[in-house]
Amino acid sequence: MMIDYGPDAIILKGLDGSNWRLKDYETRAGYQALKKILKDGIKPEDVTAEVKKSGLRGRGGAGFPTGLKWSFMPRPFAGPKYLVCNSDEGEPGTFKDRDILRYNPHILIEGMIIAAYAMGTAVGYNYIHGEIWAEYERFEEALEEARAAGYLGRNILGSDFSFELHSHHGFGAYICGEETALLESIEGKKGQPRYKPPFPASFGLYGKPTTINNTETFAAVPYILREGGEAFLNLGKPNNGGTKIFSLAGHVTRPGNYEINMGTPFARLLELAGGVRGGRKLKGVIPGGSSTPVIKGDLMMTLDMDYDSIAKAGSMLGSGAVMVMDDTTCMVKAAERLAYFYFEESCGQCTPCREGTGWLYRIVHRIEHGLGRTEDLDLLLNLADQIQGRTICALGDAAAMPVRAFVKNYREEFEFHVAHKRCMVGPGGYSTSPVNEPLAMAAE
Amino acid sequence: MSTSALLSDAAKRKIDRELTKYPADQKQSAVMSALAIAQDEHGWLPNELQDEVANYLGMPSIAVYEVATFYNMYNLKPMGRHKISVCTNLPCAFSGGVDAAEYLKSKLGVDWKELTADGKFTLVEGECMGACGDAPVLLVNNKRMCSFMSPEKLDKLIEELK
Repeated sequence: MMIDYGPDAIILKGLDGSNWRLKDYETRAGYQALKKILKDGIKPEDVTAEVKKSGLRGRGGAGFPTGLKWSFMPRPFAGPKYLVCNSDEGEPGTFKDRDILRYNPHILIEGMIIAAYAMGTAVGYNYIHGEIWAEYERFEEALEEARAAGYLGRNILGSDFSFELHSHHGFGAYICGEETALLESIEGKKGQPRYKPPFPASFGLYGKPTTINNTETFAAVPYILREGGEAFLNLGKPNNGGTKIFSLAGHVTRPGNYEINMGTPFARLLELAGGVRGGRKLKGVIPGGSSTPVIKGDLMMTLDMDYDSIAKAGSMLGSGAVMVMDDTTCMVKAAERLAYFYFEESCGQCTPCREGTGWLYRIVHRIEHGLGRTEDLDLLLNLADQIQGRTICALGDAAAMPVRAFVKNYREEFEFHVAHKRCMVGPGGYSTSPVNEPLAMAAE
Repeated sequence: MSTSALLSDAAKRKIDRELTKYPADQKQSAVMSALAIAQDEHGWLPNELQDEVANYLGMPSIAVYEVATFYNMYNLKPMGRHKISVCTNLPCAFSGGVDAAEYLKSKLGVDWKELTADGKFTLVEGECMGACGDAPVLLVNNKRMCSFMSPEKLDKLIEELK
């Protein structure tokens, strides 16, 4: 049975969970874009131009224009250059790349081969999240198939273009989703981010020019080269081309991945997922992964799902992880769990983040547990300001932004906790049942 | 070269395969997989084993310790035969992740990071595994992901692993 990823799907179209092999992919027009490029001798710079035209922006979270990023790579360059895929998907709420890796791995491989051709790189790595071992093994198998079929290796399909691709398995560190930490990790070191500049395009893996894109970004490339950049752009809207895979989790009837055209109303996306679980009222939505500011439910229902619309509402589309919260959710408890995550995952390199994430967590924790003080709310906002923008990488910002947004949007709940030493809404939304039955939470 | 006592030849063959992925002068790139391979065989990573990995890859031991202590899926002390990591992060918590963890704690009679009396299970709190749509989600010995873990499925899993 086909998995229903929604009517707009192009990357996840026609997948049933078992048709991931090379021969299956070829029946879905797989590797046709690559064949066309090599057969017609399309110039590398024209490939990049097509990607620029498509309006494709980085699907990992930052939304940087992909074609522009590719054009930063020096060419010609004496010595190796590298291509890296970031499949270290660990931003809470995000689980889209896992479906690409396990159900359609060849679309990623083809996208990376085309990218390598455009940038003149001979070697690539796909860095796969540590917790998804089965997907890593499947990707290794898909690579073997692609090598055997002549899509990877020396003189691909008889051309003078050669590219070898390997996968690298992570081992449990959120920070490695940050691109320079990821490079350090491939080099066999602690995943601690590097100062930028120099940017990876000039000093990347092993100190060589490197381009890093997200899994979904590469997976969009075959369509762009097959159908044209304009066709992809027209699926979405100007500056927000194509489709986007959204991972819906939290209080929705059918959690899962939905691939929709960029600019689709949030209300439509929520409908695809069967609406709020149990027909309850929508209280808030974290629109793009745990580090993006929470948006109140009523406002969210008026927004479209694209980079610019979500940015205008004061948040970010991020990785497309949509966390839905109904009216049983205690926003203090939600903020506490996210603050704990960033405290756990700070790599410890920069003092504002290492110390600040601990303070954020401890203060939200004491408010949640009835030990908060009135001045704690402003202390939290002050702390967030002290962290944000003062660290080498964006993890500090990622920790500060959600706490600030929770306090600003739901201040009355924080104040209620401080004043009454208990929750305003009840059990906190952790219940598995569609109706809000009291659930005994473990005393910490 | 020192003689290896802990790292088996089979493990070395697997490490050799990983080494083919990287430039010849970048053997350190294989350290993460080498430690994972060593841990699969031994259950955890005593310093002597890390030293052997260091020797094998031609790295200073301290550089290997840095990696082993940084990434949270490496076991730096002995674990139960089955390490069960349950994700309790927010998206999972909204769909029963914390319930599943509490159920396992009471069923196994342990708290986080504790070993059951029979030495079979260690329960740890996992962070995001990138499978939030399948919540509750847990991971057995870093490799086997189990999805939609209702109390019935948890019972079955524990029975199977016992």
